Amino acid sequence: MGVAKARGVVLPVDNSPTCGQARAIAERVLDPELPVLTLADLGVLRDVREDGGRVTVTITPTYSGCPALDEMRADLHRALRDAGYERVEIRTALTPTWTTDWISADGRRKLAEHGIAPPQHKAGPVTLNLTPPVTRVRCPRCGSARTTELSRFSSTACKALRRCEDCSEPFEHVKEI
Amino acid sequence: MSFDNAYDAITDASDDKHWAFGTGFDDPLSGVDRAVPAGVSTADLTAYCLMLADDALVLSQRLTEWCSRAPELEEDVALANIALDLLGQARLLLTRAGEVEGRGRDEDALAYLRDEHEFRNVRLVEIDCGPGPGGDFAVTIARLLVFSTWRLAVFERLVASKDPVLAAIAAKGVKELAYHRDHAAQWTLRLAGGTEFSRERMVAGMARVWPLYDELFTTHEVERSLPDVAVPPSDVRAEVDEVLDQVFTAAALDRPDVAPMSAVAGKSGRDGVHTEAMGFLLAEMQHLARSLPGAKW
Ligand SMILES: [Zn+2]
Repeated sequence: MGVAKARGVVLPVDNSPTCGQARAIAERVLDPELPVLTLADLGVLRDVREDGGRVTVTITPTYSGCPALDEMRADLHRALRDAGYERVEIRTALTPTWTTDWISADGRRKLAEHGIAPPQHKAGPVTLNLTPPVTRVRCPRCGSARTTELSRFSSTACKALRRCEDCSEPFEHVKEI
Repeated sequence: MSFDNAYDAITDASDDKHWAFGTGFDDPLSGVDRAVPAGVSTADLTAYCLMLADDALVLSQRLTEWCSRAPELEEDVALANIALDLLGQARLLLTRAGEVEGRGRDEDALAYLRDEHEFRNVRLVEIDCGPGPGGDFAVTIARLLVFSTWRLAVFERLVASKDPVLAAIAAKGVKELAYHRDHAAQWTLRLAGGTEFSRERMVAGMARVWPLYDELFTTHEVERSLPDVAVPPSDVRAEVDEVLDQVFTAAALDRPDVAPMSAVAGKSGRDGVHTEAMGFLLAEMQHLARSLPGAKW
């Protein structure tokens, strides 16, 4: 069998000038779990279409069970309704699959500024680690490379908890997927 | 969009009501061609989606039983997050099952209103591995290691399924399952290489789940009748054996030497024939939804 990408699953990204206002509003909505990022920074906002008074927004989940998805939908609804759009539809697309590579450069900078270590680019698949893991995540506070993983899962599924061995501060790290 | 306290957010007049159970989540599958591929039996595809969904749903329910009862706080969080990933996979698969079936059943109806014999999960996920008298943390880790290694191997192949929805669900799932497998492997190493006591428990945990290992690789007639759509689990046996042997070697554990749990008149979990534990599990999972249909808060 071939690969899934060859199956014609293509998600349109509409950049036509007709969707100015609604797109700008949707882009400013904050992620409920990482409120330093907008949905655009996080890379989950896939499409915004305006047709008369009707807006259709397409978002994608980060993890299959991401509980923030319903909050994102509600927040998008509210923001667009408050701006005067009466007919708002939020769709959820599964493909292309979200990975941490979808987080924008701006988003990475904001995460680091708020003490959350951003994911690295092109991290590749998670392999089975049967030896002690190699540290590659830098402390967002002091920049030290001597950091230790305390817990694979942190306050949300998308983050791990680490500690810096130099400044002793714990910090969160957005895991590469 | 921001509120002074959590209660304001819950009672926000413009917001949708929250379901007391289930989600009322709709349209989770757009952006993918949802038509049933040509030549594929809808009955078989529905059954296959239920198999994959029920494995995840039932193990998710079991893992949440550990919430607040794990050996350390980090592990409470980890097991709950793994359960959440599996619940997410289950929801997508149940939605797909309901859509293909075409009888108007949504994910909530399938999760809460089916009876035991209609659940098609493998028996490995339903047995009571603790907390409590049914097992302990090591048994739970043993099951998670076996399950996630197996499901990851299946999903890695399912990414190429002729059903674009299953392929998309699998593409998301492989990333999650790889984390689950790694997490369980790390704990297997720690427990097996820890104290004499922890090692004893890890050995016992692996022996407890091993009788249900063979069932994972028994290809069901539904899987056989969906070429290029379903992944016959017999195809992944060699790979799963090899990965687990790597973990066993690193942990200096022996592969358990115990007899497989037999099927009942040739039928097992995939046919809706379950162990005694299943009825209790469903009673707890479905009670609220069945007592208060459509409840909201
Ligand atoms: Zn530091």
